[in-house]
Amino acid sequence: MLTDQLMTLAVNKNGFIFDPESGISYTVNDTGLFILKHLQKGVDKEDMPKLLHEEYEISLNSASSDVEHFWAMLKALRLVED
Amino acid sequence: MLKLTNPNLCIAVSGLKTGDNPQPGVPVIRSIRAAGFMGKIIGLVYDAMESGIYLEGIADEVYQMPYPSTGAEPFIARLDYILSKSKIDVIIPTLDSEIPLYIRLEKELLERGIHTYLPTEEQFNLRDKIKLSQFFPPKGIDIPKTHLLQSADQIVKLIDEISFPVIIKGRLYEAYKAYTVAEAQKYFYELQAKWGLPIIMQEIIDGDEFNVVIVGDGKGGCLGMVPQRKLVITDKGKGFGGVVVKNPGLESYARKVIEALSWRGPCELEIMKDAEGVFYLIEINPRFPAWVRLAEGSGQNQPAATVLLALGKKEVELPPFKPGTLFIRHAEDIISDISLLGEISVNGELIRHEVKQ
Repeated sequence: MLTDQLMTLAVNKNGFIFDPESGISYTVNDTGLFILKHLQKGVDKEDMPKLLHEEYEISLNSASSDVEHFWAMLKALRLVED
Repeated sequence: MLKLTNPNLCIAVSGLKTGDNPQPGVPVIRSIRAAGFMGKIIGLVYDAMESGIYLEGIADEVYQMPYPSTGAEPFIARLDYILSKSKIDVIIPTLDSEIPLYIRLEKELLERGIHTYLPTEEQFNLRDKIKLSQFFPPKGIDIPKTHLLQSADQIVKLIDEISFPVIIKGRLYEAYKAYTVAEAQKYFYELQAKWGLPIIMQEIIDGDEFNVVIVGDGKGGCLGMVPQRKLVITDKGKGFGGVVVKNPGLESYARKVIEALSWRGPCELEIMKDAEGVFYLIEINPRFPAWVRLAEGSGQNQPAATVLLALGKKEVELPPFKPGTLFIRHAEDIISDISLLGEISVNGELIRHEVKQ
């Protein structure tokens, strides 16, 4: 589940992310940026591997693993919940 | 946007030291000038080496003041001398140690045509470090667990109630992190020698630190509020960089603090948020902080608003602040002429347009 905090993140096209609530900033790579932007647009986590697979021409398994890894990081930052 | 366009206005501001532990005077003046100010700025200093004296475009005139510890009489006598040379419409004091004197002298200042926008003595005293832990918790405002120490032996007696490290604070200034009883006692004696008793021993709250600059309306409301998170902290614990945040929980907590005090005038709140999201009030500074330009930069010119409020303007509105506004402080060498130092050292005053360099 997405938190309100994730929805208010200011996402720069270069992958610089600013959290206006905590004042913390992060950087993400292209893949992270892709996932984050789609999450903010309302795409479900479950649909994300397919989108990654289509965008980057990687296997669905690899895409699922990337999404899980990124999700775990977002969870550690309390930007998403189970 | 607030404008200060009256060319006949004269505003005096204290605290012109910049450098590694800057006072708020120079940024307050810069914000006032940023509001299109066309009048005269007087700098009130305690020391000829306050660097802001030598900055071009800051104070038009500078006068040395007697230290507040010398009492009200020499202070008023000095102001009367300054008034014989120039009128003063508003004074914005920016140093903790001088605020009580300006509060007590409000009537005498008004008789001389000088306006201030400050808290009452009662409001000022309630935010004293030694009163925080008594006044705020019953009002639902959390304070880190605090012990007021009258002797170093108390630290040993409290050993079961505290967990190290702790913060040992002087009554007025300075704070140190102590990891052991021996270290805590060492800081106790150091701070006692400098600032007297009691010494404050406080638990450390792990989490995010926020600072909020506010102008209170004296009725429990906030005319302006800008919260920031420090991004760059010096070895002295001073914030040399920060970013404006938009945190509804933090804002509501800060409003609760101001409401509890009915604070009037500028102040800075130091607040910690722990891992569970609980906010704790660490300190209330009774004046603008040195980072107040961040408020102006994010849309709220709080020093300009304070001038208007001091002058009795009833409807002063500040726009919403812009989150993500960033400040980074940098040090710079000022090149001046020894004659300026001579003027202020010998005469205790400097009228810039009269000095031939």
